[in-house]
Amino acid sequence: MRALSLHLAVLALLLALHFVLPAYHHANLARIMVLAVFAMGYNIAFGYTGLLSLGHALFLSAGMFGAGLLIQHFGLTAAPALLIGTLAGAAMAALTGLLALRTAGVSLMIVTLMFAQAGYLTLLYFGAVTGGDEGFPVPAAGRVAFGLNLAAEGPRYLVALGLFALALMGNLALVRSRFGRVMVAMRENEERSRMLGYNPFAVKLGVMVLSGLYAGAAGAFYGVMFGYVGATFATIPYSILPLLYVLLGGAGVTLGPLLGAVLMFYLIDLASSHTTAQLAVTGGALLVLVLFAPKGILGSLRERGLASWLP
Amino acid sequence: MAAVLALSAVGLSLTFGVMRVVNVAHGEFFMLGAVLAWVVVQAVPSAPLGFVAALILCPLVVGAVAALADTAILKRLNYDPEATIVATIGISYILQQGALSFFGPDARAVEAPFSLRLQFPWFGYSGYKLFVVIAAGLVLLAVWLFMTRSRAGLVMRATQVDRNTARAFGINVDRVYAGTFALGAALAAVAAVLIVPIQQAHYLMGHDPLLLSFIVVIIGGLGSIRGTLIAALLIGLSDGIISMFFTPTLAKIVATLAVALVLVFRPQGLFGARA
Repeated sequence: MRALSLHLAVLALLLALHFVLPAYHHANLARIMVLAVFAMGYNIAFGYTGLLSLGHALFLSAGMFGAGLLIQHFGLTAAPALLIGTLAGAAMAALTGLLALRTAGVSLMIVTLMFAQAGYLTLLYFGAVTGGDEGFPVPAAGRVAFGLNLAAEGPRYLVALGLFALALMGNLALVRSRFGRVMVAMRENEERSRMLGYNPFAVKLGVMVLSGLYAGAAGAFYGVMFGYVGATFATIPYSILPLLYVLLGGAGVTLGPLLGAVLMFYLIDLASSHTTAQLAVTGGALLVLVLFAPKGILGSLRERGLASWLP
Repeated sequence: MAAVLALSAVGLSLTFGVMRVVNVAHGEFFMLGAVLAWVVVQAVPSAPLGFVAALILCPLVVGAVAALADTAILKRLNYDPEATIVATIGISYILQQGALSFFGPDARAVEAPFSLRLQFPWFGYSGYKLFVVIAAGLVLLAVWLFMTRSRAGLVMRATQVDRNTARAFGINVDRVYAGTFALGAALAAVAAVLIVPIQQAHYLMGHDPLLLSFIVVIIGGLGSIRGTLIAALLIGLSDGIISMFFTPTLAKIVATLAVALVLVFRPQGLFGARA
Protein backbone atom coordinates (compact mmCIF):
# COMPACT_ATOMS: atom_id res chain seq x y z
CA MET A 1 0.00 0.00 0.00
CA ARG A 2 2.73 2.43 1.02
CA ALA A 3 4.70 1.48 -2.06
CA LEU A 4 1.71 1.98 -4.35
CA SER A 5 0.94 5.41 -2.93
CA LEU A 6 4.58 6.43 -3.24
CA HIS A 7 4.61 5.48 -6.91
CA LEU A 8 1.36 7.32 -7.56
CA ALA A 9 2.72 10.34 -5.71
CA VAL A 10 5.82 10.37 -7.90
CA LEU A 11 3.65 10.26 -11.01
CA ALA A 12 1.44 13.05 -9.65
CA LEU A 13 4.53 15.12 -8.92
CA LEU A 14 5.77 14.63 -12.48
CA LEU A 15 2.35 15.72 -13.77
CA ALA A 16 2.39 18.79 -11.54
CA LEU A 17 5.86 19.70 -12.78
CA HIS A 18 4.42 19.86 -16.30
CA PHE A 19 2.59 23.04 -15.35
CA VAL A 20 5.29 24.80 -13.35
CA LEU A 21 8.66 23.95 -14.85
CA PRO A 22 10.50 26.50 -17.01
CA ALA A 23 10.90 25.47 -20.65
CA TYR A 24 14.49 24.27 -20.38
CA HIS A 25 13.91 21.86 -17.51
CA HIS A 26 10.56 20.86 -18.96
CA ALA A 27 12.28 19.60 -22.10
CA ASN A 28 15.01 17.95 -20.06
CA LEU A 29 12.54 16.09 -17.89
CA ALA A 30 10.70 14.70 -20.93
CA ARG A 31 14.03 13.35 -22.14
CA ILE A 32 14.90 11.98 -18.71
CA MET A 33 11.60 10.13 -18.41
CA VAL A 34 12.17 8.29 -21.68
CA LEU A 35 15.74 7.47 -20.65
CA ALA A 36 14.41 6.29 -17.29
CA VAL A 37 12.16 3.82 -19.13
CA PHE A 38 15.28 2.51 -20.85
CA ALA A 39 17.03 2.22 -17.48
CA MET A 40 13.97 0.52 -15.99
CA GLY A 41 14.25 -2.17 -18.64
CA TYR A 42 17.88 -2.51 -17.71
CA ASN A 43 16.96 -2.70 -14.04
CA ILE A 44 14.59 -5.61 -14.71
CA ALA A 45 17.49 -7.58 -16.18
CA PHE A 46 20.36 -6.38 -14.00
CA GLY A 47 18.79 -5.22 -10.76
CA TYR A 48 16.22 -7.92 -10.24
CA THR A 49 17.53 -10.90 -12.17
CA GLY A 50 21.26 -10.25 -11.94
CA LEU A 51 21.86 -10.36 -15.70
CA LEU A 52 24.66 -7.88 -16.27
CA SER A 53 24.35 -7.01 -19.95
CA LEU A 54 26.55 -4.54 -21.77
CA GLY A 55 24.49 -4.71 -24.93
CA HIS A 56 21.32 -2.79 -24.20
CA ALA A 57 22.19 -0.16 -26.78
CA LEU A 58 21.32 -2.85 -29.31
CA PHE A 59 17.74 -3.05 -28.05
CA LEU A 60 17.45 0.73 -27.76
CA SER A 61 18.59 1.23 -31.32
CA ALA A 62 16.43 -1.66 -32.56
CA GLY A 63 13.42 0.24 -31.25
CA MET A 64 14.66 3.56 -32.55
CA PHE A 65 15.53 2.35 -36.03
CA GLY A 66 12.52 0.03 -36.14
CA ALA A 67 10.26 3.03 -35.72
CA GLY A 68 12.39 5.57 -37.56
CA LEU A 69 13.01 3.53 -40.69
CA LEU A 70 9.33 2.66 -41.08
CA ILE A 71 8.39 6.32 -40.91
CA GLN A 72 11.22 7.41 -43.16
CA HIS A 73 10.97 4.80 -45.90
CA PHE A 74 7.41 3.49 -45.74
CA GLY A 75 5.65 6.64 -44.61
CA LEU A 76 4.00 5.02 -41.60
CA THR A 77 2.35 7.24 -39.02
CA ALA A 78 3.74 7.46 -35.52
CA ALA A 79 1.36 5.11 -33.69
CA PRO A 80 2.03 1.87 -35.60
CA ALA A 81 5.71 2.76 -35.98
CA LEU A 82 6.08 3.18 -32.23
CA LEU A 83 4.37 -0.15 -31.62
CA ILE A 84 6.49 -2.00 -34.15
CA GLY A 85 9.66 -0.32 -32.86
CA THR A 86 8.86 -1.45 -29.33
CA LEU A 87 8.31 -4.99 -30.53
CA ALA A 88 11.54 -4.83 -32.53
CA GLY A 89 13.41 -4.17 -29.28
CA ALA A 90 11.79 -7.23 -27.70
CA ALA A 91 12.50 -9.38 -30.76
CA MET A 92 16.12 -8.32 -30.82
CA ALA A 93 16.39 -9.13 -27.11
CA ALA A 94 14.84 -12.55 -27.69
CA LEU A 95 17.35 -13.29 -30.43
CA THR A 96 20.28 -12.07 -28.34
CA GLY A 97 19.01 -13.88 -25.28
CA LEU A 98 18.63 -17.21 -27.05
CA LEU A 99 22.36 -17.17 -27.78
CA ALA A 100 23.88 -15.05 -25.04
CA LEU A 101 22.02 -16.61 -22.11
CA ARG A 102 23.87 -19.85 -22.63
CA THR A 103 26.69 -17.99 -20.90
CA ALA A 104 26.68 -16.27 -17.54
CA GLY A 105 28.58 -13.67 -15.56
CA VAL A 106 31.60 -12.17 -17.26
CA SER A 107 31.08 -14.12 -20.48
CA LEU A 108 27.55 -12.75 -20.72
CA MET A 109 28.88 -9.22 -20.53
CA ILE A 110 31.41 -9.80 -23.27
CA VAL A 111 28.96 -11.63 -25.52
CA THR A 112 26.29 -8.94 -25.20
CA LEU A 113 28.93 -6.27 -25.76
CA MET A 114 30.05 -8.05 -28.92
CA PHE A 115 26.49 -8.43 -30.21
CA ALA A 116 25.83 -4.76 -29.61
CA GLN A 117 29.04 -3.84 -31.39
CA ALA A 118 28.10 -6.07 -34.32
CA GLY A 119 24.70 -4.34 -34.39
CA TYR A 120 26.35 -0.93 -34.46
CA LEU A 121 28.66 -1.96 -37.29
CA THR A 122 25.69 -3.37 -39.20
CA LEU A 123 23.98 0.02 -38.93
CA LEU A 124 27.11 1.62 -40.36
CA TYR A 125 27.38 -0.99 -43.07
CA PHE A 126 23.89 -0.27 -44.34
CA GLY A 127 24.60 3.45 -44.09
CA ALA A 128 22.70 4.12 -47.32
CA VAL A 129 19.46 3.11 -45.57
CA THR A 130 20.20 3.98 -41.96
CA GLY A 131 22.13 7.19 -42.48
CA GLY A 132 25.12 5.64 -40.70
CA ASP A 133 26.88 7.84 -38.18
CA GLU A 134 25.02 10.95 -39.24
CA GLY A 135 21.59 9.40 -38.86
CA PHE A 136 18.51 11.13 -40.23
CA PRO A 137 15.82 13.45 -38.93
CA VAL A 138 12.38 11.89 -38.54
CA PRO A 139 9.94 13.58 -40.97
CA ALA A 140 7.42 15.84 -39.29
CA ALA A 141 4.46 13.94 -40.73
CA GLY A 142 5.56 10.82 -38.90
CA ARG A 143 5.64 12.51 -35.53
CA VAL A 144 1.89 12.85 -35.09
CA ALA A 145 0.07 10.14 -33.14
CA PHE A 146 -3.68 10.22 -32.51
CA GLY A 147 -3.80 13.91 -33.35
CA LEU A 148 -1.03 14.72 -30.87
CA ASN A 149 1.97 16.45 -32.35
CA LEU A 150 4.90 14.82 -30.60
CA ALA A 151 7.22 17.52 -31.84
CA ALA A 152 5.51 20.13 -29.68
CA GLU A 153 6.69 20.66 -26.10
CA GLY A 154 3.42 20.12 -24.25
CA PRO A 155 2.13 16.90 -25.82
CA ARG A 156 5.67 15.55 -25.84
CA TYR A 157 5.99 15.86 -22.08
CA LEU A 158 2.60 14.29 -21.49
CA VAL A 159 3.29 11.39 -23.83
CA ALA A 160 6.65 10.82 -22.12
CA LEU A 161 4.88 10.87 -18.78
CA GLY A 162 2.26 8.44 -20.07
CA LEU A 163 4.93 6.03 -21.28
CA PHE A 164 6.83 6.41 -18.04
CA ALA A 165 3.73 5.82 -15.92
CA LEU A 166 2.84 2.71 -17.87
CA ALA A 167 6.39 1.40 -17.57
CA LEU A 168 6.64 2.19 -13.86
CA MET A 169 3.34 0.60 -12.92
CA GLY A 170 4.13 -2.38 -15.14
CA ASN A 171 7.46 -2.72 -13.38
CA LEU A 172 5.80 -2.53 -9.95
CA ALA A 173 3.24 -5.17 -10.91
CA LEU A 174 5.98 -7.34 -12.33
CA VAL A 175 8.19 -7.38 -9.26
CA ARG A 176 5.21 -8.08 -7.01
CA SER A 177 4.04 -10.98 -9.15
CA ARG A 178 5.09 -14.59 -8.81
CA PHE A 179 7.35 -14.20 -11.82
CA GLY A 180 9.04 -11.26 -10.14
CA ARG A 181 9.91 -13.38 -7.13
CA VAL A 182 11.32 -16.10 -9.37
CA MET A 183 13.46 -13.42 -11.04
CA VAL A 184 14.98 -12.45 -7.70
CA ALA A 185 15.48 -16.13 -6.89
CA MET A 186 17.53 -16.46 -10.07
CA ARG A 187 19.70 -13.57 -8.97
CA GLU A 188 20.21 -14.89 -5.47
CA ASN A 189 20.81 -18.56 -6.19
CA GLU A 190 20.28 -19.98 -9.64
CA GLU A 191 21.14 -23.56 -8.71
CA ARG A 192 18.68 -23.64 -5.85
CA SER A 193 15.87 -22.28 -7.99
CA ARG A 194 16.68 -24.91 -10.58
CA MET A 195 16.40 -27.52 -7.85
CA LEU A 196 13.02 -26.10 -6.89
CA GLY A 197 11.80 -26.84 -10.39
CA TYR A 198 12.18 -23.53 -12.19
CA ASN A 199 13.82 -23.41 -15.57
CA PRO A 200 16.51 -20.71 -15.30
CA PHE A 201 16.97 -20.37 -19.04
CA ALA A 202 13.26 -19.80 -19.69
CA VAL A 203 12.98 -17.29 -16.85
CA LYS A 204 16.05 -15.38 -17.95
CA LEU A 205 14.92 -15.36 -21.56
CA GLY A 206 11.56 -13.98 -20.47
CA VAL A 207 13.32 -11.29 -18.47
CA MET A 208 15.53 -10.43 -21.41
CA VAL A 209 12.51 -10.03 -23.70
CA LEU A 210 10.74 -7.80 -21.16
CA SER A 211 13.90 -5.77 -20.75
CA GLY A 212 14.19 -5.48 -24.53
CA LEU A 213 10.54 -4.40 -24.71
CA TYR A 214 11.26 -1.51 -22.34
CA ALA A 215 14.44 -0.58 -24.19
CA GLY A 216 12.71 -0.81 -27.56
CA ALA A 217 9.86 1.39 -26.37
CA ALA A 218 12.33 3.94 -25.02
CA GLY A 219 14.25 3.90 -28.30
CA ALA A 220 11.16 4.23 -30.49
CA PHE A 221 9.69 7.07 -28.44
CA TYR A 222 13.03 8.84 -28.13
CA GLY A 223 13.53 8.76 -31.87
CA VAL A 224 10.04 9.93 -32.74
CA MET A 225 9.69 12.48 -29.94
CA PHE A 226 13.01 14.19 -30.45
CA GLY A 227 12.99 13.73 -34.20
CA TYR A 228 16.41 12.19 -34.68
CA VAL A 229 17.56 8.65 -35.35
CA GLY A 230 21.27 7.87 -35.50
CA ALA A 231 23.78 5.08 -35.08
CA THR A 232 25.41 6.84 -32.11
CA PHE A 233 22.57 5.42 -30.02
CA ALA A 234 23.92 1.94 -30.76
CA THR A 235 27.42 2.64 -29.41
CA ILE A 236 28.86 1.24 -26.20
CA PRO A 237 28.30 4.40 -24.11
CA TYR A 238 24.55 3.93 -24.57
CA SER A 239 24.88 0.44 -23.11
CA ILE A 240 26.73 1.83 -20.12
CA LEU A 241 24.33 4.72 -19.57
CA PRO A 242 21.45 2.63 -18.14
CA LEU A 243 23.94 0.71 -16.00
CA LEU A 244 25.09 4.00 -14.57
CA TYR A 245 21.55 5.25 -13.94
CA VAL A 246 20.56 2.01 -12.25
CA LEU A 247 23.70 1.83 -10.13
CA LEU A 248 23.27 5.41 -9.01
CA GLY A 249 19.56 5.27 -8.22
CA GLY A 250 19.58 1.78 -6.79
CA ALA A 251 19.61 -1.60 -8.50
CA GLY A 252 16.56 -3.70 -7.81
CA VAL A 253 14.41 -0.75 -6.74
CA THR A 254 11.56 0.30 -9.04
CA LEU A 255 12.16 4.02 -8.57
CA GLY A 256 15.95 3.69 -8.80
CA PRO A 257 16.22 4.23 -12.56
CA LEU A 258 14.24 7.48 -12.43
CA LEU A 259 16.27 8.88 -9.55
CA GLY A 260 19.52 7.80 -11.19
CA ALA A 261 18.54 9.28 -14.54
CA VAL A 262 17.53 12.64 -13.02
CA LEU A 263 20.68 12.94 -10.91
CA MET A 264 23.09 11.80 -13.59
CA PHE A 265 21.48 13.94 -16.29
CA TYR A 266 21.80 17.07 -14.19
CA LEU A 267 25.25 16.13 -12.92
CA ILE A 268 26.53 15.94 -16.49
CA ASP A 269 24.55 19.04 -17.42
CA LEU A 270 26.11 20.91 -14.53
CA ALA A 271 29.59 19.60 -15.25
CA SER A 272 29.45 20.51 -18.92
CA SER A 273 28.49 24.08 -18.09
CA HIS A 274 31.66 24.41 -16.00
CA THR A 275 34.20 22.19 -17.71
CA THR A 276 34.38 20.03 -20.80
CA ALA A 277 35.24 16.98 -18.75
CA GLN A 278 31.96 15.09 -18.98
CA LEU A 279 33.77 11.83 -19.57
CA ALA A 280 35.69 12.17 -16.34
CA VAL A 281 32.46 12.90 -14.47
CA THR A 282 30.88 9.75 -15.84
CA GLY A 283 33.96 7.68 -15.08
CA GLY A 284 34.36 9.18 -11.63
CA ALA A 285 30.70 8.56 -10.82
CA LEU A 286 31.06 4.92 -11.83
CA LEU A 287 34.14 4.49 -9.64
CA VAL A 288 32.66 6.22 -6.61
CA LEU A 289 29.48 4.18 -6.89
CA VAL A 290 31.21 0.87 -7.25
CA LEU A 291 33.58 1.63 -4.38
CA PHE A 292 31.36 3.26 -1.82
CA ALA A 293 27.72 2.62 -2.68
CA PRO A 294 27.34 -0.51 -4.77
CA LYS A 295 23.63 -0.55 -3.90
CA GLY A 296 22.93 2.96 -5.13
CA ILE A 297 20.99 5.64 -3.28
CA LEU A 298 17.62 3.95 -2.80
CA GLY A 299 19.27 0.56 -2.39
CA SER A 300 21.39 1.87 0.48
CA LEU A 301 18.34 3.46 2.09
CA ARG A 302 16.53 0.16 1.89
CA GLU A 303 19.50 -1.69 3.31
CA ARG A 304 19.77 0.62 6.32
CA GLY A 305 16.14 -0.19 7.10
CA LEU A 306 14.96 3.36 6.47
CA ALA A 307 12.66 2.27 3.68
CA SER A 308 12.63 -1.48 3.80
CA TRP A 309 9.24 -1.60 2.11
CA LEU A 310 10.53 -0.21 -1.19
CA PRO A 311 9.80 -2.76 -3.91
CA MET B 1 49.80 -5.78 -37.22
CA ALA B 2 49.46 -9.34 -36.01
CA ALA B 3 52.60 -9.00 -33.90
CA VAL B 4 51.42 -5.85 -32.17
CA LEU B 5 48.01 -7.36 -31.68
CA ALA B 6 49.62 -10.36 -30.02
CA LEU B 7 51.51 -8.12 -27.59
CA SER B 8 48.45 -6.23 -26.54
CA ALA B 9 46.36 -9.39 -26.32
CA VAL B 10 48.93 -11.20 -24.20
CA GLY B 11 48.74 -8.30 -21.75
CA LEU B 12 44.98 -8.71 -21.51
CA SER B 13 45.25 -12.47 -21.29
CA LEU B 14 47.76 -12.16 -18.48
CA THR B 15 45.51 -9.99 -16.34
CA PHE B 16 42.58 -12.28 -16.94
CA GLY B 17 44.55 -15.47 -16.51
CA VAL B 18 46.23 -14.57 -13.25
CA MET B 19 43.68 -12.23 -11.70
CA ARG B 20 40.40 -13.33 -13.30
CA VAL B 21 39.78 -9.69 -14.06
CA VAL B 22 38.39 -8.53 -17.37
CA ASN B 23 40.16 -5.26 -17.92
CA VAL B 24 37.98 -3.01 -20.04
CA ALA B 25 40.51 -0.21 -19.60
CA HIS B 26 43.12 -2.22 -21.48
CA GLY B 27 42.50 -0.31 -24.70
CA GLU B 28 42.97 2.93 -22.79
CA PHE B 29 46.33 1.77 -21.49
CA PHE B 30 47.23 1.14 -25.10
CA MET B 31 46.09 4.63 -26.00
CA LEU B 32 48.00 6.09 -23.07
CA GLY B 33 51.16 4.39 -24.28
CA ALA B 34 50.75 5.85 -27.76
CA VAL B 35 50.01 9.35 -26.51
CA LEU B 36 52.93 9.30 -24.09
CA ALA B 37 55.16 8.11 -26.91
CA TRP B 38 54.28 11.25 -28.80
CA VAL B 39 55.01 13.41 -25.76
CA VAL B 40 58.39 11.77 -25.15
CA VAL B 41 59.41 11.96 -28.79
CA GLN B 42 58.52 15.66 -28.80
CA ALA B 43 60.58 16.25 -25.66
CA VAL B 44 63.72 14.49 -26.89
CA PRO B 45 65.29 16.31 -29.83
CA SER B 46 67.07 13.57 -31.75
CA ALA B 47 64.64 11.19 -33.44
CA PRO B 48 66.02 7.67 -32.83
CA LEU B 49 67.00 8.53 -29.27
CA GLY B 50 63.50 9.85 -28.55
CA PHE B 51 61.92 6.68 -29.82
CA VAL B 52 64.15 4.51 -27.66
CA ALA B 53 63.36 6.70 -24.66
CA ALA B 54 59.65 6.33 -25.41
CA LEU B 55 59.98 2.59 -25.71
CA ILE B 56 61.52 2.45 -22.23
CA LEU B 57 59.63 5.22 -20.44
CA CYS B 58 56.08 4.69 -21.68
CA PRO B 59 55.61 1.12 -20.46
CA LEU B 60 57.05 2.13 -17.09
CA VAL B 61 54.69 5.08 -16.70
CA VAL B 62 51.67 3.16 -17.94
CA GLY B 63 52.58 0.25 -15.69
CA ALA B 64 52.80 2.61 -12.74
CA VAL B 65 49.40 4.09 -13.54
CA ALA B 66 47.96 0.59 -13.76
CA ALA B 67 49.53 -0.49 -10.46
CA LEU B 68 48.09 2.61 -8.83
CA ALA B 69 44.64 1.89 -10.26
CA ASP B 70 44.89 -1.66 -9.01
CA THR B 71 45.82 -0.86 -5.43
CA ALA B 72 43.55 2.17 -5.17
CA ILE B 73 40.43 0.70 -6.74
CA LEU B 74 40.42 -2.93 -7.79
CA LYS B 75 41.86 -4.24 -4.52
CA ARG B 76 39.06 -2.63 -2.55
CA LEU B 77 36.52 -4.48 -4.66
CA ASN B 78 38.12 -7.84 -3.78
CA TYR B 79 38.38 -8.45 -7.53
CA ASP B 80 34.70 -9.26 -7.74
CA PRO B 81 34.40 -9.89 -11.51
CA GLU B 82 31.34 -7.77 -12.21
CA ALA B 83 32.31 -4.87 -9.99
CA THR B 84 35.78 -4.73 -11.55
CA ILE B 85 34.30 -4.51 -15.02
CA VAL B 86 32.22 -1.53 -13.99
CA ALA B 87 35.26 -0.02 -12.30
CA THR B 88 37.53 -0.51 -15.30
CA ILE B 89 34.87 1.11 -17.49
CA GLY B 90 35.08 4.06 -15.12
CA ILE B 91 38.88 4.07 -15.32
CA SER B 92 38.78 3.98 -19.09
CA TYR B 93 36.48 7.03 -19.19
CA ILE B 94 38.84 8.93 -16.92
CA LEU B 95 41.90 8.01 -18.96
CA GLN B 96 40.13 9.07 -22.15
CA GLN B 97 39.22 12.37 -20.60
CA GLY B 98 42.76 12.85 -19.36
CA ALA B 99 44.16 12.28 -22.83
CA LEU B 100 41.54 14.57 -24.36
CA SER B 101 42.20 17.37 -21.90
CA PHE B 102 45.99 17.29 -21.94
CA PHE B 103 46.64 15.99 -25.43
CA GLY B 104 43.79 17.45 -27.42
CA PRO B 105 41.36 15.91 -29.87
CA ASP B 106 43.75 15.82 -32.85
CA ALA B 107 45.56 12.77 -34.09
CA ARG B 108 49.34 13.22 -33.88
CA ALA B 109 51.89 11.35 -35.89
CA VAL B 110 55.22 10.10 -34.61
CA GLU B 111 58.00 9.62 -37.09
CA ALA B 112 59.56 6.22 -37.38
CA PRO B 113 63.07 6.09 -35.91
CA PHE B 114 64.43 5.01 -39.26
CA SER B 115 62.98 4.74 -42.71
CA LEU B 116 64.73 1.89 -44.33
CA ARG B 117 62.99 0.24 -47.22
CA LEU B 118 63.81 -3.31 -48.12
CA GLN B 119 63.51 -3.69 -51.83
CA PHE B 120 62.88 -7.16 -53.05
CA PRO B 121 62.61 -7.77 -56.77
CA TRP B 122 58.88 -8.30 -56.63
CA PHE B 123 57.76 -6.15 -53.73
CA GLY B 124 59.04 -3.55 -51.35
CA TYR B 125 58.69 -3.85 -47.62
CA SER B 126 59.05 -1.15 -45.03
CA GLY B 127 62.02 -1.89 -42.82
CA TYR B 128 60.26 -0.41 -39.82
CA LYS B 129 57.38 -2.86 -40.03
CA LEU B 130 59.89 -5.69 -40.06
CA PHE B 131 61.54 -4.17 -37.00
CA VAL B 132 58.16 -4.07 -35.25
CA VAL B 133 57.60 -7.74 -35.91
CA ILE B 134 61.04 -8.66 -34.59
CA ALA B 135 60.74 -6.40 -31.54
CA ALA B 136 57.30 -7.75 -30.70
CA GLY B 137 58.59 -11.28 -31.08
CA LEU B 138 61.47 -10.55 -28.70
CA VAL B 139 59.19 -9.03 -26.08
CA LEU B 140 56.83 -11.99 -26.31
CA LEU B 141 59.74 -14.37 -25.94
CA ALA B 142 60.87 -12.43 -22.88
CA VAL B 143 57.38 -12.62 -21.37
CA TRP B 144 57.22 -16.33 -22.02
CA LEU B 145 60.64 -16.89 -20.44
CA PHE B 146 59.64 -14.70 -17.52
CA MET B 147 56.47 -16.67 -16.92
CA THR B 148 58.02 -20.12 -17.24
CA ARG B 149 61.56 -19.72 -15.95
CA SER B 150 61.78 -16.95 -13.39
CA ARG B 151 60.74 -17.02 -9.74
CA ALA B 152 58.32 -14.15 -10.19
CA GLY B 153 56.65 -16.01 -13.04
CA LEU B 154 56.34 -19.07 -10.86
CA VAL B 155 54.73 -17.02 -8.12
CA MET B 156 52.29 -15.54 -10.64
CA ARG B 157 51.31 -18.93 -11.95
CA ALA B 158 50.89 -20.24 -8.42
CA THR B 159 48.56 -17.34 -7.66
CA GLN B 160 46.64 -18.11 -10.81
CA VAL B 161 46.05 -21.71 -9.79
CA ASP B 162 44.96 -21.06 -6.24
CA ARG B 163 44.95 -17.65 -4.68
CA ASN B 164 44.36 -18.81 -1.10
CA THR B 165 46.98 -21.53 -1.06
CA ALA B 166 49.47 -19.09 -2.52
CA ARG B 167 48.67 -16.70 0.29
CA ALA B 168 49.13 -19.51 2.82
CA PHE B 169 52.62 -20.10 1.44
CA GLY B 170 53.57 -16.55 2.25
CA ILE B 171 53.10 -15.02 -1.18
CA ASN B 172 52.01 -11.41 -1.09
CA VAL B 173 49.02 -11.85 -3.36
CA ASP B 174 48.19 -8.14 -3.41
CA ARG B 175 51.62 -7.33 -4.76
CA VAL B 176 51.44 -10.10 -7.33
CA TYR B 177 48.12 -8.71 -8.54
CA ALA B 178 49.38 -5.16 -8.74
CA GLY B 179 52.45 -6.40 -10.60
CA THR B 180 50.42 -8.48 -13.03
CA PHE B 181 48.04 -5.65 -13.74
CA ALA B 182 50.99 -3.32 -14.32
CA LEU B 183 52.76 -5.85 -16.55
CA GLY B 184 49.62 -6.38 -18.62
CA ALA B 185 49.21 -2.63 -19.07
CA ALA B 186 52.90 -2.18 -19.84
CA LEU B 187 52.68 -4.77 -22.61
CA ALA B 188 49.82 -2.82 -24.13
CA ALA B 189 51.98 0.30 -23.92
CA VAL B 190 54.91 -1.39 -25.66
CA ALA B 191 52.56 -2.47 -28.42
CA ALA B 192 51.27 1.08 -28.68
CA VAL B 193 54.72 2.68 -28.88
CA LEU B 194 55.67 0.26 -31.60
CA ILE B 195 52.59 0.98 -33.65
CA VAL B 196 52.52 4.75 -33.27
CA PRO B 197 54.83 5.44 -36.24
CA ILE B 198 52.49 3.35 -38.43
CA GLN B 199 49.20 4.65 -37.10
CA GLN B 200 48.69 7.92 -35.27
CA ALA B 201 48.18 8.76 -31.61
CA HIS B 202 44.60 9.75 -30.83
CA TYR B 203 42.60 9.86 -27.62
CA LEU B 204 39.94 7.46 -28.94
CA MET B 205 42.38 5.00 -30.44
CA GLY B 206 42.00 2.50 -27.58
CA HIS B 207 38.70 1.23 -28.87
CA ASP B 208 39.77 -0.99 -31.75
CA PRO B 209 42.72 -2.67 -30.04
CA LEU B 210 40.46 -3.42 -27.07
CA LEU B 211 37.92 -5.26 -29.18
CA LEU B 212 40.61 -6.99 -31.21
CA SER B 213 42.45 -8.03 -28.07
CA PHE B 214 39.21 -9.40 -26.66
CA ILE B 215 38.66 -11.35 -29.84
CA VAL B 216 42.16 -12.76 -29.75
CA VAL B 217 42.02 -13.64 -26.08
CA ILE B 218 38.66 -15.33 -26.39
CA ILE B 219 39.53 -17.36 -29.45
CA GLY B 220 42.83 -18.35 -27.94
CA GLY B 221 41.30 -19.31 -24.65
CA LEU B 222 41.38 -16.94 -21.72
CA GLY B 223 44.62 -17.11 -19.77
CA SER B 224 46.43 -19.35 -22.24
CA ILE B 225 49.41 -17.49 -23.65
CA ARG B 226 50.15 -20.06 -26.33
CA GLY B 227 46.56 -19.96 -27.57
CA THR B 228 46.61 -16.17 -27.51
CA LEU B 229 49.68 -16.09 -29.76
CA ILE B 230 48.23 -18.48 -32.31
CA ALA B 231 44.93 -16.62 -32.30
CA ALA B 232 46.68 -13.27 -32.73
CA LEU B 233 48.48 -14.50 -35.81
CA LEU B 234 45.28 -16.02 -37.13
CA ILE B 235 43.21 -12.89 -36.58
CA GLY B 236 45.94 -10.51 -37.69
CA LEU B 237 46.38 -12.35 -40.97
CA SER B 238 42.74 -13.22 -41.61
CA ASP B 239 41.73 -9.64 -40.88
CA GLY B 240 43.85 -8.60 -43.83
CA ILE B 241 42.53 -11.39 -46.02
CA ILE B 242 38.86 -10.79 -45.19
CA SER B 243 39.37 -7.07 -45.74
CA MET B 244 40.63 -7.81 -49.22
CA PHE B 245 37.40 -9.48 -50.24
CA PHE B 246 34.88 -7.54 -48.16
CA THR B 247 34.78 -4.01 -46.83
CA PRO B 248 36.47 -3.47 -43.44
CA THR B 249 33.13 -2.89 -41.73
CA LEU B 250 31.75 -6.21 -42.90
CA ALA B 251 35.00 -7.89 -41.85
CA LYS B 252 34.59 -6.46 -38.37
CA ILE B 253 30.96 -7.57 -38.18
CA VAL B 254 31.90 -11.10 -39.15
CA ALA B 255 34.80 -11.21 -36.71
CA THR B 256 32.75 -9.84 -33.82
CA LEU B 257 29.87 -12.23 -34.36
CA ALA B 258 32.22 -15.16 -34.80
CA VAL B 259 33.86 -14.40 -31.49
CA ALA B 260 30.58 -14.00 -29.67
CA LEU B 261 29.53 -17.39 -30.98
CA VAL B 262 32.82 -18.97 -29.96
CA LEU B 263 32.23 -17.68 -26.46
CA VAL B 264 28.68 -19.03 -26.48
CA PHE B 265 29.40 -22.49 -27.80
CA ARG B 266 32.97 -23.05 -26.69
CA PRO B 267 33.58 -20.91 -23.61
CA GLN B 268 37.04 -22.32 -22.95
CA GLY B 269 38.25 -20.95 -26.29
CA LEU B 270 39.78 -22.98 -29.07
CA PHE B 271 43.05 -23.62 -27.27
CA GLY B 272 42.18 -23.07 -23.61
CA ALA B 273 42.74 -26.02 -21.34
CA ARG B 274 39.76 -25.51 -19.07
CA ALA B 275 36.85 -23.16 -18.64
